[in-house]
Amino acid sequence: MADLSVDRHYDARLSACPACDAAPLAGRIAASAMTGDMILSLPGVHCAVCITDVERALLAEEGVRSARVNLTLRRVSIDAPGRRAEEFIPVLEAIGYEAHELDGAALTSNAADRQGRDILMRIGVAGFAMMNIMILSVAVWSGAEGATRDMFHWISAVIAVPTVIFAGQPFFVSAWRSLRVGRLGMDVPISLALILATAISLFETLQSGHHAYFDAAVMLCFFLLVGRYLDHRSRAIARSAAEELTALEVPRVVLLRDGAEQVVNVAELRPGDVIRIRPGARVAADGEVVNGMSEIDRSLLTGESLPVQAGPGAVLSAGEVNLTGPLDLRVTAAGRDSSLSRLADLVANAEASRGRYASLAERAARAYSPVVHLMALISLLGWLQATGDWRVSLNVAAAVLIITCPCALGLAVPAVVTAASGRLFRRGLLIKEGTALERLAEVDTVVFDKTGTLTMGQPEWVRGDALPDDLRPVALSIAAGSGHPLSRALVQALQADGVAPAAILKIKELPGYGVQAEWQGRNVRLGRADWIGADAPALAAGPVTVLAVEGRDPVPLHFTDALRPGAAECVATLRGQGRRVLMLSGDAKTAVAHAAAALGIDEFRAGMTPQQKEAEIAALTSGGAKVLMVGDGLNDTAALARAHVSISPASGLDAARVASDIVLMGQDLAPVADALTLSGSARRRIKQNFAISIAYNIVAVPFAVAGFATPLMAALAMSLSSITVTLNALRLR
Amino acid sequence: MQILFILIPVSLLLGAGGLVAFLWSLKTRQYDDPKGDAERILSDEWDDRPKPPPMDQNKDP
Repeated sequence: MADLSVDRHYDARLSACPACDAAPLAGRIAASAMTGDMILSLPGVHCAVCITDVERALLAEEGVRSARVNLTLRRVSIDAPGRRAEEFIPVLEAIGYEAHELDGAALTSNAADRQGRDILMRIGVAGFAMMNIMILSVAVWSGAEGATRDMFHWISAVIAVPTVIFAGQPFFVSAWRSLRVGRLGMDVPISLALILATAISLFETLQSGHHAYFDAAVMLCFFLLVGRYLDHRSRAIARSAAEELTALEVPRVVLLRDGAEQVVNVAELRPGDVIRIRPGARVAADGEVVNGMSEIDRSLLTGESLPVQAGPGAVLSAGEVNLTGPLDLRVTAAGRDSSLSRLADLVANAEASRGRYASLAERAARAYSPVVHLMALISLLGWLQATGDWRVSLNVAAAVLIITCPCALGLAVPAVVTAASGRLFRRGLLIKEGTALERLAEVDTVVFDKTGTLTMGQPEWVRGDALPDDLRPVALSIAAGSGHPLSRALVQALQADGVAPAAILKIKELPGYGVQAEWQGRNVRLGRADWIGADAPALAAGPVTVLAVEGRDPVPLHFTDALRPGAAECVATLRGQGRRVLMLSGDAKTAVAHAAAALGIDEFRAGMTPQQKEAEIAALTSGGAKVLMVGDGLNDTAALARAHVSISPASGLDAARVASDIVLMGQDLAPVADALTLSGSARRRIKQNFAISIAYNIVAVPFAVAGFATPLMAALAMSLSSITVTLNALRLR
Repeated sequence: MQILFILIPVSLLLGAGGLVAFLWSLKTRQYDDPKGDAERILSDEWDDRPKPPPMDQNKDP
């Protein structure tokens, strides 16, 4: 057992890799199995018929107590004790719905949602109180006198005091928290204004005074809570979508025990266990191959675009993908001990060095709060000096605090961020971090990873090869017999050309080498050059496979890593905006140079290790550049964490998605350039909003300091600034 | 002026009624799946009365 501090460090950090994440998961999976709650993702549901179909099919299953589709989240939650989620996937597929198991433990959005409901409830209470108090206040403003005014004030007080205590809690709590660590956050003047306004109003009511600020206090609460909710909402949407991506990777593995296959959670693996990795599956732990031949896709770990051959004795790392044949692996390190954890350390270091970014709102609050407090204090002292009347002085000070209250300031950022992230979401970009948008606007240097980011990480057949027409059907048939990425790419290309498959016999795949079959009595092979006996060096660079038909010359088939759609466009846009574009890749030099030339990137480096990538970003940063890193693999995670802001595609590894601020949902890379543009205009909008609220204050504060501010004026100025700021944010759409 | 003694409590009661309705709808998770609820009214099943919610519908997570 590792010592406790190391443990705690991993608990905090190690969501950075799927295998390591598994340990705390195990308990939660067990817990969810007890209650029988399961969640399946249904990307295909979209209408009333789908809901009915899915629910009816599931309820017809034995042991299902309830099934409820959530169309907003495109999920179905099933309550079926004793059944397993994967048993329902074929049921749903049979009626035509694609279903994926979601790891319920990784979905914490329920808890986040409770927070949202909590704010909504406070908004409801504040809204109710606000409306009622305003009805009463209108009567006072329009000239109610004496006993009537006192009665109205008393009724207002009865409504307002509990409301402020209840609805203002989020502000009081956070203000207290920031005061305790000796900071003046935005919530301190808010809380002070709320408390002072309510206290003075209460005092005035007791003294049957002319003015009470109950309406202002409650309205302040309402508007600020709306801002808080907008903020929460935009982040909750992004977080739940990102969580769903994570939850899609259920950490299970096939364990061989006494020759029998057994499905267990990754967390239960121990060194020495033998696990079976099926073709197409991700390697779940570090280990050594004991049995089987296959090819391994390392692109997510190292950036190598070419598959690597693996046989007995080969050492595999967690996160690699097995391509062609089944492999039996003796586990050498699982979970927290795996090589992934070394990367996680790198990521933790990088993240710590990125430090805490002070958002525009925080910086504004830092400048704003002291000014506001000072102004209120000066007017208090000034009026005390001039009149010697504590009551009048306190009243003026409260009016100053209310009018200057950072209500518009509290709304300015959330409203803009909500509008901007909503727009980016429709373009396929998810903002995970609240300040990512602001940081994005400052970017001047963009660093791309190659494999899986600028390129698809999947090969595409170069059609310039001299594949005779009569061999095309044979090539199609034999390639269809293999799951290797090169074969799949060949099949796709030939099918797109309208080639019909030839009749071949005795098709057989030799994992790690290729496929062989018989065609018209002749032996046909498709696979590695050295296996077929072709002249390997002559085949030069790039992924290549050879088709050999007995009695004919072997035909080399070349492949390239296809560029991601929108990649060239994105690079061109970024360069057009005057930003520096670099490419850092772990792949071989020729492949990198080729991709760089195709995309028009002048600065590129090949064969980089994760450490080198991170060091490069650190060097750029210390040179004063604000770096946006776009990457998808484990080898990018440290660089992603080190960069000023980072984006990773949804197809990337869990670790990369966790380490980055923004997730790109679709295939197209073009939204990245759009995001930079939009973030610029969002930043401008936020600054405009600050300008608007400051302008209001400059107009309103002299009135308040001079003692002319009635509650009506305070209320009007405040709501006017709040509404203007919100409308300005909506212009972004 | 006497009318105020009736009208003010009435307005407060109406407002409180609205607030209670809002809190109830929030508590019963009626804002969890707005899209699904909009589609569900088109479903032929359980047309004469609403479909009973599943067991876990009302419990907090």
